[in-house]
Amino acid sequence: MEIDPFIFRLSIFILSIFIGYYVVWSVTPSLHTPLMSVTNAISSVIIVGAIIAGLSGNSDSIFNTSSIFGFLAISLAAVNIFGGFLVTQRMLAMYKKKKKDK
Amino acid sequence: MLSANLSAIFYLISGVLFILALRGLSSPETSRQGNFFGILGMAIAVTVTFLSVGNFSTGFVVVLIFLLIGGLIGAFIAYKIPMTAMPELVAGFHSLVGLAAVFVAIAAFLNPEAFNLGSPGNIKLGSLIEMSIGAAVGAITFSGSIIAFLKLQGIMSGSPITFKGQHPLNALILISIIVIIYLLCSTQSSNLFWILLGISFLIGFLLIIPIGGADMPVVISMLNSYSGWAAAGIGFTLENTALIITGALVGSSGAILSYIMCKGMNRSFFNVILGGFGATEQSASQQNKEQRPVKSGNADDAAFLMKNASSVIIVPGYGMAVAQAQHALREMVDTLKKNDIKVSYAIHPVAGRMPGHMNVLLAEANVPYDEVFELEEINNDFANADVAFVIGANDVTNPVAKTDPQSPIFGMPVLDVEKCKSVLFVKRSLSPGYAGIDNDLFYKENTLMLFADAKKMTEDITKNL
Repeated sequence: MEIDPFIFRLSIFILSIFIGYYVVWSVTPSLHTPLMSVTNAISSVIIVGAIIAGLSGNSDSIFNTSSIFGFLAISLAAVNIFGGFLVTQRMLAMYKKKKKDK
Repeated sequence: MLSANLSAIFYLISGVLFILALRGLSSPETSRQGNFFGILGMAIAVTVTFLSVGNFSTGFVVVLIFLLIGGLIGAFIAYKIPMTAMPELVAGFHSLVGLAAVFVAIAAFLNPEAFNLGSPGNIKLGSLIEMSIGAAVGAITFSGSIIAFLKLQGIMSGSPITFKGQHPLNALILISIIVIIYLLCSTQSSNLFWILLGISFLIGFLLIIPIGGADMPVVISMLNSYSGWAAAGIGFTLENTALIITGALVGSSGAILSYIMCKGMNRSFFNVILGGFGATEQSASQQNKEQRPVKSGNADDAAFLMKNASSVIIVPGYGMAVAQAQHALREMVDTLKKNDIKVSYAIHPVAGRMPGHMNVLLAEANVPYDEVFELEEINNDFANADVAFVIGANDVTNPVAKTDPQSPIFGMPVLDVEKCKSVLFVKRSLSPGYAGIDNDLFYKENTLMLFADAKKMTEDITKNL
């Protein structure tokens, strides 16, 4: 009997939760704010679904109800992607070590 | 056009890059590289999606335009936002992820052919379940984050809003969400789909309004987690590995942060979610009405104390963020260091309005991160320090948490500030902190209260040093 592909996706999902668990515990507490902003940015990979929806129109009508929701979702996710990564970069650039010139 | 297998491999690669992005945050040195991995992963995922749809004739330009609009807005916000507004920003961003998840779910529901999920009214059962879970969680994330944003921004009062029958109402709505998802899957009715979205928005709103301002670190972390689970739900619908991996990572990340924040307050997750503080504390704050003597001083006294100290520990809190005092504080510390005084910073896990809030503000003011310590690292040092300088913190220093089992904050880990030879407390008034209880520290023999705005007081002390 063949295994439903859903089971494979579920396996990836469960294993990723474990990876997330161990990786996040190793994040230093002083970087918890950048952690939130970067997880915010990467969760916007949902833009993938938005792009598929946005490109679903045919040549007669680029705009149908479904693709319009796609377009809106693209903009929302893009705000997050650019905003999230850039603000993380801005924050991380501020973390400096003590200068050792005494 | 990219084959399905090849694009699946690319999605896997971007998923792995996202794992590396989080891994990089284990130390500030590797963090910038981690962020780069994240950007790379995102670029791969977006490019592969374009190539695998392969439809460059029709909506392509429109897609790019919308992408550009969003990107420009995002970049603009990222460069303009002050660091003190980071909690609001993150809450706002969470709401966008939630809404994007809802929109993608709607698009997939209305046009399942584009996603290979069947036809309208005849969507594959598994996909429909995943889609409705993703949509419901996304909607909760959206409305919950909006409320969190409004509370953090001060547009909405930070105090908990409670009413009779709140918990039974919430429980009823949560049960009805499950019932509606079940009915939706058996009837495929689009009306039920819209009802599902409507009540999910409603429950997100109702879940967050009873939670007060200082519990925001938990709320933000929790919404972070939700946005991950919403993404994972959509990932299952779209059969997309990058989305599933990312959703799981973000979901567990947010859950861990909520756990750390709850532990920092010694409260259970449910206690916070059900809006615990507020009702129980009213009795406590009313008991402590009698006036006790306090010693108060001015900038001159504070400067004198610090000048004669050999080590000073600084305890920042949300008040420092409100007063924007981090730069003034750094200048004061620079002056202290010139006088060969050892200075370190002690950060309580729930100081501020989001995890790591104080660390970012200090980093912004050019404080080297190896002078900043977490509660467990520094708590034993208070006994050997001469001066503790508490700026904008309150409940996290209250010794009552260690001594009085009746106190609502009993058992919460606190900074042992009272063990210092002397304590300087910068505060605008004697008013109790968020927990609504009096801080015994105010009345201690070795405490000097400095009643002033945090920024102004620090500047004045620097002048007097």
